[in-house]
Amino acid sequence: MRSHARIGFVLLLTPLVLWLGLLIVIPHIDMLLISLRERISFGVYETSTAQYQKALTEPLYLRTFWRTAVMSVLATGITLLIAFPVAYYIAKMAKGRLQQVLFMFCLIPFYVSELVRTFGWMILLRETGIVSNLLQWTGLADQPVEMLYNDAAMMVGLVYTSMLFMVVPLVTTLESLDDSVIEAGYDLGGGGFSVLREIIIPHAMPGIVSGCIVVFMLSLGNYLTPTMLGGKDSLWFTEMIYNQFIVRSNWELGAAFGFMLLVLSSVIVWGMLRLTGRTLQETMG
Amino acid sequence: MIPTIPQSRSFRLVYGGYVLLFFLYLALPLTVVAVFAFNDSQFPSLPWQGFTWNWFFGDSDPQIGVFHERGILRAVGTSAIVAGCVAMLSVAVGMTNAFLFNRYEFRGKGALYVLMLLPLVIPGIVLGISILIASSTLANGVWDVAQLDIQALRPGLLLVVLGQFSFITTIATLVITARLQKFDRTLEDAALNLGATRLTAVRTITIPFLMPAMIGAVVVAFLMSFENFNTTLMLVGSDAPLTIAMFDRLKEGSTPLLNAVSLLLMLGSSLLALLVILFQRR
Repeated sequence: MRSHARIGFVLLLTPLVLWLGLLIVIPHIDMLLISLRERISFGVYETSTAQYQKALTEPLYLRTFWRTAVMSVLATGITLLIAFPVAYYIAKMAKGRLQQVLFMFCLIPFYVSELVRTFGWMILLRETGIVSNLLQWTGLADQPVEMLYNDAAMMVGLVYTSMLFMVVPLVTTLESLDDSVIEAGYDLGGGGFSVLREIIIPHAMPGIVSGCIVVFMLSLGNYLTPTMLGGKDSLWFTEMIYNQFIVRSNWELGAAFGFMLLVLSSVIVWGMLRLTGRTLQETMG
Repeated sequence: MIPTIPQSRSFRLVYGGYVLLFFLYLALPLTVVAVFAFNDSQFPSLPWQGFTWNWFFGDSDPQIGVFHERGILRAVGTSAIVAGCVAMLSVAVGMTNAFLFNRYEFRGKGALYVLMLLPLVIPGIVLGISILIASSTLANGVWDVAQLDIQALRPGLLLVVLGQFSFITTIATLVITARLQKFDRTLEDAALNLGATRLTAVRTITIPFLMPAMIGAVVVAFLMSFENFNTTLMLVGSDAPLTIAMFDRLKEGSTPLLNAVSLLLMLGSSLLALLVILFQRR
């Protein structure tokens, strides 16, 4: 029986090790190695940190890197602010049927490809688009207005794309908050604001953290929305990775960029977990 | 701020209005995509030129509908094949992972579990390039040693499948593990007491119990693969799956054909989602 269990264990462990080893661990080691070499001449490479030096000294690269980080944090914050009242409404104010229907409505955009969602915003915001026509029709504008290709349009798209990943964890945690706890807060003399600050937000913290982590990751790693909705100067870091790999075929620099993106996202996720004293298992699993 | 606590009328109105606005915001882009699939014009924008089915069934230039457009149909086929492979593979590995984490205690289990979650927090584009680099390194190594060019390791459908599999497996594992944790192990013990072998017990008791989660995982994996963009973009070869094919067309300028494809995609995925919900309810 012991050896039986042992065989079962090995059989179950093998797929996991193959998957993680061959598709996650080894590729990332390869990526690190490639980013740490420099092309001397055809087929001759030397180990060096030249790529990282280039990435950290070239103003365009550095600027794009920080811009992507800051904009992603901003997108996460806006998503949280917009989503929280809605999630609270679904979890606490709406009852029965209405609650289920509203929750379902939040899920629908998730089942539609990101490409379709972005396409929808393009139809709405472009010069010949719906919003532009609406503004002319109401007399607020006297000529077509171009609303695409700027940071605001990109932000609208980013927030829209990741909204669901904020709403769902928030609704889940808020639903587990007992109504009587809120009532007790009021009975003890708390106002709406202090109940929100002392009771509701602390209780919703796990949902806030996991929502923020996922939304941040999705914004940081987004390629479609910045490319399609953003302007010429709202370059995103993922676009630079794509350009180095596919357009310029400079894999060494591209790999260095990839690693920088990975480090940035890990640091921020780790920081968020650290700040709130939670672990990755609790947040994701 | 719960229904039992009285709130002023104006507050409730403002709050309700805000929630209504939010749902308008959610619905707006999808609605315009759907509506303009029926515009009898070359552009998916105003002015409205009248209603037409041509972007679905039209067979003559300039309005060739989805069902007569070879490129799009081929891309749908490619996506379906990729998504099918990814769904099968990831659910199979998800099953073994779920049993491993649920049934065995071993050293390094916690670390392995964290490692298993990592693909979810790695940006899709980084997953894509790392697999691209690894497979090219391997292919170049094989070429140097044996002068053998392995086409499968160059960008193409195999790499797309592997790239998507690498993170969708985590999701499949989580879905199946969640259900397995609710399983009452004494049921399996009962089967063993009644003379079943361990394998028979798992096959006749545990697997049927896991069935809803497995089907749910298959559908979620299929949808995620079908709609994946970032990882696919870095690994795609000459056969483009649907999202990539649509992206290429969108860059060149759009016709309502893209709206028609999008509408069909929305209908297809809603139908799948609905099926899962109905199945889970039962």
